[in-house]
Amino acid sequence: MSVQTQAAKRPLSSNRGLRALWQHGDGLYRIALVLGSLLVVALVVAIGWELWQGSGLARDKFGIGFLTSSAWDPAINQAFGALPYILGTLVTSGLALLFAVPIGIGTAIFLAELAPRWVAGPVGTLVELLAAVPSVIFGLWGLYVFVPTLVKPLGVGLEDALGFLPLFTGPVYGPSRLAAGLVLAVMILPTITALTRDVLRAVPGSQREAARALGATRWETVWQVLLPYGRSGIFGAVILGLGRALGETIAVTMVIGNNLDLSPSLLHPGYTMASIIANEFTEATYPLYLHALIEIGLVLFVMTLLINAFAQLLLWRVRGAAGARL
Amino acid sequence: MRINKTFVAIAMVATVVLGACGGTAATPTAGPSSGPTTGPTGAPTAAPGAIQINGAGATFPYPLYSQWFYQYAFIDSSVKFNYQSIGSGGGIQQITAKTVDFGASDAILNSDQLAAAAGVQMFPQVAGAVVPVVNLSSLVPPTPSGATAPPVTHLTLNPATLAGIYLGTITKWNDPAIAALNSGVTLPDEDIIVVHRSDGSGTTFIYTDYLANVSPDWKTNVGNASSVQWPVGLGGKGNEGVAGTVQQNEGAIGYVELAYAIANKMNTVSLVNAAGTTVSASIDSTQAALADFGGDMPDTLARSVVNAPGANSWPIAGYTYLLLYLDQTDCTKAQKLVEFVHWAHTADGATFATQLNYVPLPDAVNTQMLAKLDTITCNGAPLP
Repeated sequence: MSVQTQAAKRPLSSNRGLRALWQHGDGLYRIALVLGSLLVVALVVAIGWELWQGSGLARDKFGIGFLTSSAWDPAINQAFGALPYILGTLVTSGLALLFAVPIGIGTAIFLAELAPRWVAGPVGTLVELLAAVPSVIFGLWGLYVFVPTLVKPLGVGLEDALGFLPLFTGPVYGPSRLAAGLVLAVMILPTITALTRDVLRAVPGSQREAARALGATRWETVWQVLLPYGRSGIFGAVILGLGRALGETIAVTMVIGNNLDLSPSLLHPGYTMASIIANEFTEATYPLYLHALIEIGLVLFVMTLLINAFAQLLLWRVRGAAGARL
Repeated sequence: MRINKTFVAIAMVATVVLGACGGTAATPTAGPSSGPTTGPTGAPTAAPGAIQINGAGATFPYPLYSQWFYQYAFIDSSVKFNYQSIGSGGGIQQITAKTVDFGASDAILNSDQLAAAAGVQMFPQVAGAVVPVVNLSSLVPPTPSGATAPPVTHLTLNPATLAGIYLGTITKWNDPAIAALNSGVTLPDEDIIVVHRSDGSGTTFIYTDYLANVSPDWKTNVGNASSVQWPVGLGGKGNEGVAGTVQQNEGAIGYVELAYAIANKMNTVSLVNAAGTTVSASIDSTQAALADFGGDMPDTLARSVVNAPGANSWPIAGYTYLLLYLDQTDCTKAQKLVEFVHWAHTADGATFATQLNYVPLPDAVNTQMLAKLDTITCNGAPLP
């Protein structure tokens, strides 16, 4: 994304001969870009088509009720429904954003604006390293370290203090929606932090100087100038993080408890769409079962598309409003 | 600017979508990558241009199969085995579609599956046991010095209580039905935290085979399969997921493969078997269970071996099967496969099974399996 933004803003050369050459290459460059973009679009369409084709039996048998049914009985009734998985995916991804967005943007502001260079360099590298940790490591670390030492005591505390709310009813086992949300937050934190930091660094120095010249404090500069200026980039970073959270599989499966519980409690175990596919795809022994799992994949795919389309609309509205003000 | 904006939008949506889908698309490969990677490819004796035999299926016997294939490369360097542990369901599908030379499954093929893959024969290879494990601090006495009676370190359950716990009808550890079986143990007034496998697995197939066998309720409401709709409990991914969840929750009960329980020194549960004796899970008690059923396998060479009648028999066990077409199309591969299976069931091959805590076939079953193996033909003609 950022690459293309830069390409779009490539400064024009002042040298006329060079400029002519650039313009000469323009056509070629444009064709390459269009082809590349079309390839990506074709891939998305092909994936969607495959999922649609592969889920035919389940769509015919369960219809739209697939989305609202909470049955998942491959052994006796051969009945399948996606509701617990849809809820689980939405709740865990939402929790992950709730934790990761403030922390990620805060860290990015610190790295880009406040930290001295000798701190920002190493810390920035560490954040980027976090993004390179394989998700199965997050899963095992989550199950054996994070959940027993942090999530379970936190859950017990929440139940004691706020157990009267439906969101925090017990019993607390450890593996839970909260645990999955927290592990996901850790996993998407580097994406949000690193991209937001780069966006903030790309804000022209003149913006900062202008704010300072008007007597703005550091806080006011960040809050009223830098963040609004980088708004669309930061939004993109959050959406990328959300994409990872929605599709994350193995780490979530390890810590969520894999239970079709429909209670609203965050401390209860849950299940996500990616988890059920990972858990049962290998042992789906008859066609309807396989098609039901692929339909889960289709639902996840469509949900991701819808969320991104919605985010894109929101972004364009924000941009439009900002443009109108200027 | 209009075009640029569209590019940005397309690229952005596409990146997110592909990023998100990457996780989903990668799931079928998650199985194979979790096991050891040593295989015949690493064997120093593998000859260039060796015949490649491809197989796919069950994850439960994967450690043994990969060890067998690795060792066999030292015996016969002209053949190279490639086994993908994608799960029993995948193994059945691939052998049905004939995209592999052999399949492998922990689950016994049902009549529909056998009809779809006409000519496929199941060949039992080894057996494994599944054992319930618990986390109850009252089973670990703090100071054995002051104890008058020998400390009770293993919980005992019978079929009714085990099924009751997994059905959710028995919810407390101090339930009278459990207390009656464990007179020497102080059972806490705590909820039982039930843990099961979340991923479809042969372990679950064997475990639910047992529960369906001993509990009519289980049979009609939950059933016997690699994945079932569990009435209660937390799902852990893989043996390690179940073990982790059990270890972290006082009052938890789960089930794992015997080999895994032994390797990780987990607190196993003793069971009252069909003969009414209390037995603990071991290679010996599993072997006793297999022996109870004798050597006279049905023509499918497949049989459920849970709830064995013998006095010393561990009741939760099952065979794992190779799936081969009785009439092969590639004569060289067929010959090599038959030779390999013969080798795996010699004294040499069986050593690796016991080392890895798998239970070798009883002699009679072994003989019957190998006799069936020798009837394999190639395009209708007997193998040379």
